[in-house]
Amino acid sequence: MDLLTISSIALYTAFVLYLVATGFFGATIKDKQSDKRKGNISGKIGITLTIIGFIAQLVYFITRWIVSGHAPVSNLFEFMTFLGMCMVLAFIIIYFIYKLSALGLFALPIALIIIAYASMFPTEISPLVPSLQSHWLYIHVTTVSLGQGILAISFVAGLIYLIRQIDQSVKSKKTTWLETVLYTIFLFIGFIVITSTFNLMDYNATFEYTEQNATTTTEYHLPAIAGPNDGTLLTEDTMQPLFETPEWMQGADAGRKFNTVIWSVITGSILYGLVRLILRKRVGAAIQPMLKNIKPDVLDEINYRSVTIGFPVFTLGGLIFAAIWAQIAWDRFWGWDPKEVWALVTWFFYAAYLHLRLSRGWHGEKSAWLAVAGFGIIMFNLIVVNLVLAGLHSYA
Amino acid sequence: MKKIKCECGHVNPEGTVLCEACGKPIEENQHIDGNDKRKLLNMRYDGSARRSQTYNKSIIDKTWNFFSSVKVGVWLIVITLIASAIGTIFPQEMYIPADAESRDPSIFYAERYGLLGQIYYQLGLHNLYGSWWYMTLIALIGISLVICSIDRVVPLYKALKRQKPKRHETFINRQRLYSETKSVTKEEKEKMVNRLKQLRYRVSEQDGHILAEKGRFSRWGPYVNHIGLIIILLAAILRFSSVLYIDEYVWVREGEQIVIPGTGGEYLIENKDFILETYDENDERFQESIMQQGGMIPSNFQTNAIVYKQQEADVTGAESELEKIAEQEIRMNEPLKFDGYTLYQAGYQLDEFKSMTFGIYDTEDEDEEGLGSFTVDLTSPESTYELDNGFTVNVDKYYPDYYMDDGVPRSETNYPRNPAFVFSVYPPETETPEISFVGIGRNIPATEENDYTLGLEDFQVRDVSGLTVRRDYTLPLFGIGAAIFMIGVTQGMYWYHRRIWIHPKDEGVLVAAHTNKNWFGVRKDIEKIIEDTNVNMVEDQQELDKK
Repeated sequence: MDLLTISSIALYTAFVLYLVATGFFGATIKDKQSDKRKGNISGKIGITLTIIGFIAQLVYFITRWIVSGHAPVSNLFEFMTFLGMCMVLAFIIIYFIYKLSALGLFALPIALIIIAYASMFPTEISPLVPSLQSHWLYIHVTTVSLGQGILAISFVAGLIYLIRQIDQSVKSKKTTWLETVLYTIFLFIGFIVITSTFNLMDYNATFEYTEQNATTTTEYHLPAIAGPNDGTLLTEDTMQPLFETPEWMQGADAGRKFNTVIWSVITGSILYGLVRLILRKRVGAAIQPMLKNIKPDVLDEINYRSVTIGFPVFTLGGLIFAAIWAQIAWDRFWGWDPKEVWALVTWFFYAAYLHLRLSRGWHGEKSAWLAVAGFGIIMFNLIVVNLVLAGLHSYA
Repeated sequence: MKKIKCECGHVNPEGTVLCEACGKPIEENQHIDGNDKRKLLNMRYDGSARRSQTYNKSIIDKTWNFFSSVKVGVWLIVITLIASAIGTIFPQEMYIPADAESRDPSIFYAERYGLLGQIYYQLGLHNLYGSWWYMTLIALIGISLVICSIDRVVPLYKALKRQKPKRHETFINRQRLYSETKSVTKEEKEKMVNRLKQLRYRVSEQDGHILAEKGRFSRWGPYVNHIGLIIILLAAILRFSSVLYIDEYVWVREGEQIVIPGTGGEYLIENKDFILETYDENDERFQESIMQQGGMIPSNFQTNAIVYKQQEADVTGAESELEKIAEQEIRMNEPLKFDGYTLYQAGYQLDEFKSMTFGIYDTEDEDEEGLGSFTVDLTSPESTYELDNGFTVNVDKYYPDYYMDDGVPRSETNYPRNPAFVFSVYPPETETPEISFVGIGRNIPATEENDYTLGLEDFQVRDVSGLTVRRDYTLPLFGIGAAIFMIGVTQGMYWYHRRIWIHPKDEGVLVAAHTNKNWFGVRKDIEKIIEDTNVNMVEDQQELDKK
């Protein structure tokens, strides 16, 4: 068995372990107060499995590093997987401070979604282009994603807080916003489900189209609902696109990406709809009763604490190390590249969070909404900036 | 200035909310921190007198108060945040892609992004980060940082310095963590004090009142990190000076030795060789990925360079000598440094034409027997070439980088990437020239009646390396600023300021605690302190989002 196979198996093992651990963390919540000891036991099993999973993921990371000769953080798949791993690490640390099992019930699924999402992108080992050949690659990238992983925990705590605290007895602006956040998570699941399904079927349709006055081809792995602008379908026996991607959508492979977004929205919406049909109430309202034993002030504290721990790490990795490397590789430490700008936006946002909290007393619910929004910005920087705005950091 | 004397005897400056010594709320100032409407005391800045909350008469007061407001600060941050994000909607001017049909911003945005692009350009958003208003925003944040910090740090420092262990009861029972115990023995009290010391609290006592304090220095974290930020902003301003900051770009051809721009002619660079390497397509590890990306993934850009320094000539008029001061392979991520300057591998041009040799043929000669030839050195083309056989060739037009622009020949750049010429050929002893247009793969006589044809016989090419030249004396300042910021932010975020008060009352005690963050941690400390004593655990008097 070669090292690369071991690496893949290790990642798969980690994934399954996280999934099982989520189940155990779930069990801690359902227990009645009287079953406190039982709850403790399933919590302990949960955290043990999480740690073993984390070690398995470390094995994936190290073996892949050995095979490729460089830290596996050089493309979207590798980076997102690593972010998932950092989130799990951050969760483990926070768990040992606060011993809050419910956190695992939400943190692990989010990490799972991130890792699964990552696997939808090309997973081949890619060689490093000259600008990435530096030790700063792993110094910079690992610190950034550790910071983002910790900040993600504040999102998880904020989300639990909102589900726990928002009044679900009547429909309000707040319940709608909360449902929107949950619905967005469903869209990611939708993306994973539909991409895996058609990957298994080995679906492939090739289009020819003109981009920047040059004829190129693009391969669709999902049936084309939206074809490339002015494109012709080359593969036989595949679905003709229902309509064309509008011209104003620019950039490499805009048509294919737009098509993927449409599919994710459709699949995610169907999934969400089904869940709503089964539950017969808002998803937030359905989860709420399970959380009644959790103290909201502990959630608030975790939310804040994760930001205080994560913010310095993020600043160090995302701005300072980033600047040092940019100075060495690109001759300027700051260049207003979209990725850099969004790192600054993230930094500004959390700076605002801290000031609002410290000086204006934005605790509790307001803080929780901010934590959710902050994670939204981080995800925007990872996904939209890489795939749509794409500057120097585009390696997807 | 109006001073306020507290009943404990301490004289407080005007605007004090909580007595600096005993913490008793000063009646007439409770509205400042909103204490009049709440049960708990607002402990921000320990209720010290802040200038911004005290004076509001003159213009200076008003300006000061405006910038010292965190609300204003946060608004500035939010506006800058949104502005920054807007700047990424379309590429900024410097990121207009090289393959764009026109890189002129007035055309590019409208052409590629339509009406929205046109609006974007006309609002000047294509150069947002260099715009006066964006810089103003950053400057306002800078001012806000300075004033906010000064407004708070001085009074906070004084308040923490002057605080006394003996506190007023209302100060104690209006803290977030609070408990009352009716009867506590002396031994129990001693036990608590010992445990506080074990937990490394600094314990002080006054008439049986105890103050235990830990991590006060974390309170200075925000001010330290603000100093770091201000240094960074100052460094950014200094960068506008050309003494401190030089940014140039130079193209060096293989074998060429030229003056490095920005160095005042003091340094020269020689390009010995430019090397472009790609990954081996047969490398098992990367095969699949290279296939997917369509092959040819570069693995190295490298210039083998030598840097020389001009020596002062000993005798006036004598040729100055060159001293070799550095020889290095410049790669991406491996710049060459010398005497404060840094050279970065930034671009390249493969196979630029160095010289071209043209032959003259008789148009009717089918064997194409050369009648003579001449070589044009593209770095310095001459205007006339005299051939041995009596021909004279005039260079009428030279397009180094030829392309057709609506039927008119033009040169896209000044670099000989696709050279083309208009030659006038004077056969021996003739006054009327024949005009010919000659380029790569092109040979167009001006008329059908040309007796002679020009043809490309030979050419030489070489690679060109693009290097950025930098000298940036502001870098250390940015480094210092960043380091101070990190120290401050770590100090403020990874340590916590905790205070626990033990306040004797009749036979028992009141226990109260305050921390700036991590309430969970201070509760755990108190649990340890009161273990196996009668003292009641503190209650959290704050209620979050009442439901």
